[in-house]
Amino acid sequence: MLGTIGAASVDALFTDVPTDALQSGPIPGLPFHASERAVERHMAALSARALTADQVPFFLGAGAYRHHVPASVDHLIQRGEFLTAYTPYQPEIAQGTLQVLFEFQTQVARLFGCEVANASLYDGSTACWEGIAMAGRITRRRRAILSGGLNPHYAQTCATMARFTGDDLVVLAPRAEAESDDADVIAAIDATVSCVVVQYPDLFGRIPDLAAIAEAAHAAGALLIAVVTEPVALGLLESPGALGADIVVGEGQSIGVGLQFGGPYLGLFATREKFVRQMPGRLCGETVDAEGRRGFVLTLSTREQHIRREKATSNICTNSGLCALAFSIHMTLLGGVGLGRMAQASHARAVTTARRLSAIPGVEVINRVWFNEFAVRLPRPAAEVVDALAERGVLGGVPLSRLCPDRADLGDVLLVATSECTLEDDIAALASALEEVLA
Amino acid sequence: MNDLNPSGWRPSTGSSEPGAWRPTVTGHRALEQDEPLLFEIGSLDGCGVDFDEDDGAEMLDALPRRTTPVALPGLSEPEAVRHYTRLSRQNYAIDLGLFPLGSCTMKHNPRLNEKVARMPGFASVHPLQPQQTVEGALEVIAQLADWLVALTGMASVAMTPKAGAHGELCGLLAIRAALEARGEADARRVILVPESAHGTNPATAAFAGFTVAPIPANPDGRIDLAALLERLGDDVAGVMITNPNTCGLFERDMKTIADAVHAAGGYVYCDGANFNAVVGRVRPGDLGVDAMHINLHKTFSTPHGGGGPGAGPVVLSQALAPFAPLPMVVRDEAGKPRLIEDPAERTDAFGRMCAFHGQMGMFTRALAYILTHGADGLRQVSGDAVLNANYLLASLKDVLDAPFAESGACMHEALFSDAGFAEGFSTLDLAKGLIDEGFHPMTVYFPLVVHGAMLVEPTETESKAALDQFIAAMRDLARRAKDGDPALKAAPVHAPRRRLDETLAARKPRLVWKEA
Repeated sequence: MLGTIGAASVDALFTDVPTDALQSGPIPGLPFHASERAVERHMAALSARALTADQVPFFLGAGAYRHHVPASVDHLIQRGEFLTAYTPYQPEIAQGTLQVLFEFQTQVARLFGCEVANASLYDGSTACWEGIAMAGRITRRRRAILSGGLNPHYAQTCATMARFTGDDLVVLAPRAEAESDDADVIAAIDATVSCVVVQYPDLFGRIPDLAAIAEAAHAAGALLIAVVTEPVALGLLESPGALGADIVVGEGQSIGVGLQFGGPYLGLFATREKFVRQMPGRLCGETVDAEGRRGFVLTLSTREQHIRREKATSNICTNSGLCALAFSIHMTLLGGVGLGRMAQASHARAVTTARRLSAIPGVEVINRVWFNEFAVRLPRPAAEVVDALAERGVLGGVPLSRLCPDRADLGDVLLVATSECTLEDDIAALASALEEVLA
Repeated sequence: MNDLNPSGWRPSTGSSEPGAWRPTVTGHRALEQDEPLLFEIGSLDGCGVDFDEDDGAEMLDALPRRTTPVALPGLSEPEAVRHYTRLSRQNYAIDLGLFPLGSCTMKHNPRLNEKVARMPGFASVHPLQPQQTVEGALEVIAQLADWLVALTGMASVAMTPKAGAHGELCGLLAIRAALEARGEADARRVILVPESAHGTNPATAAFAGFTVAPIPANPDGRIDLAALLERLGDDVAGVMITNPNTCGLFERDMKTIADAVHAAGGYVYCDGANFNAVVGRVRPGDLGVDAMHINLHKTFSTPHGGGGPGAGPVVLSQALAPFAPLPMVVRDEAGKPRLIEDPAERTDAFGRMCAFHGQMGMFTRALAYILTHGADGLRQVSGDAVLNANYLLASLKDVLDAPFAESGACMHEALFSDAGFAEGFSTLDLAKGLIDEGFHPMTVYFPLVVHGAMLVEPTETESKAALDQFIAAMRDLARRAKDGDPALKAAPVHAPRRRLDETLAARKPRLVWKEA
């Protein structure tokens, strides 16, 4: 090969690199190659240093939920034709990925009660910002109201972007009360507001009245962005789009993707058809080929960075394709009926758990209503309690202080989530460990 | 033309000659099985999930409930497995053959990495578990961070960005934050971006609140140094440079540019999409780079998954390191990883890029890849990648116009143009011809600085035999494009679909399935 090239050595191909920046050998101080077995052992040893959701009673949520994922999902996404394909830029040999995306978009649109959905974004938090940015483009206003029930990490992600784009975000403070802050959100709406951002169910697991908020927003010419961090909830609750939300964003992790210590996850994005040209991210559309047969292509790319460059609706390129596939397969296995069953089981476990915990002296369930996650007030700082529970082999929930470290007044609040994976024994173990810790 | 059969897969060519194609009852042809949409085969009461027996589901009366299930069809497990397996067979993939997409680094995805990513200590842990219950996961992040810092010669790394473009955003926001700290954020609003840059660069600069000033390329395919130096000034926040660049060339003047940008008060962002060309040989920190994202789904072999997920950690210089976003994993004095999430602990941090800690599933895969290769193996990766690309360039430049063949050795990708093609024949025709030859086409019409650009990146994981087969196909296609072979205009004819009508798709968007 070097003879064909006319080079004396591989190193001679790097002569354009300034010699003082070119390493003459392997970078010093780093280990050399290792065998497959050695690497597997190294990683397995690290993996063992964990308390995992499958090992112990597990009650964490706050934006990432554990649900059972059928074995066929992980098997199918590991087919090399899906796993090792690129973004479907050559549609004639990417109809597999493209048809999956078309089906995914349809599933997401129906789940959210919207007319159209995109082919995915990175995760729920970044999708949330993309929604705010889109609402700004549509309304030509730069002020957004974020409900206090929005996951603070989502709010921080959006605030980080707004700080640099110059958008004005009004972030309402989270309040640990029985009812969601719908009235505060509605009171904050005026004719300068581009959108209101409301999580559904919210951070504390409460169910905001989206229809009322949508009505108030629309009356002021603003859009309602609903944020769904637990899409399984829509197996029981009405879809946000049907309640008047103009943009629905979400985290798709809880269907098909798994916990994975926070990533990769799956940003969901759906909206009204009339806004489609303002949408961020890739879109797959139906068309025909030269013989008139149905086929699918990436479309409306004049919104995107590779065509529009600095005028694009978003800078996103690579998205969460394989996670969208996992979501879509799991959703296909569930169907609407199965989703309802999974939602019902998740909710039922939460009802049982709340009843058991509220019987413990000093523990107060804050919510009036919840889906599969609720907040409790403890007689001690929740972070300490969670650590003590972990020592007893129970992953007992998310202390709110983890999400809002600056809110000392919320230090005693614990978020507790359940799913169809939560066993009666798990609930009993949490209750008895909590009793012991609080005794 | 013959009528379509009911499934639309192949025209039913009617001939009873022995050995000729025959219409089939199903429309399938042996292993070529068309697959209807999920919505056409599933029923709204179907379900393929095996639930536990209900134990008297208790419900809150006050819960506002939907009246009907979501209208989503369900398939049984065997139906679903067939649906997706059949669909998968309509995809090209690295597992099937050479995938020479320039700037995308479609190398083999080692399967050890898949196994490792599914280990329970990484896959079955929640991002908000107490830190003492996720020590292994934090150690993976810390070890990968250590490697990325060492391989790039930078001060630190922000691990949370979720893909390359998200990493670009992270780097530019760090630059904005550094300028704010200097009180110059309002004065310095301009980012210089070479014309040959990937579209995400200008899009990111705009998304981060900057304005973009394009910098031309010189005739040898590199940045016009004089034009760049000319444009530097008090309004410039920094530059975004891809190195090696999208013409497949190393920017020889990188250090000179970096020094000049620094002297003018700006910062240097490097798009690390092409890091595979120099990994283990060149540390960007030695070239004066202040921030660079690393596509773990390119250089470090995490699978592209048909469009993601990726991961785009951003290495940062001493000047930008304090502004890195949260959360971040740091090592304490004893070397133990610790997660910092509270902004009060890092007051200079510019904020947060996403809800959790980044793409853990990509971190485990990338770390397994790096440990497998080591410092010596990674050096060989870049060497082999550049060797393969130069072999392609040398083997094709007599039949295809290679505008920068005299600009020095290419790096890990070779760039060709459509010069010399017959009237009416384009890069697209050659690309579609490659499909019929059983290859995925190269990157086409990018970079924009070359007419009918074809950017070919073979990667280091292709053997000489695979390259030779690709070269033979390319030579034949180049000849046909130059001769104006009309059959090439019809390509592909052997793919699951012929050329698709993209204009129709955009004019009348049908983005979701609707009942006819």
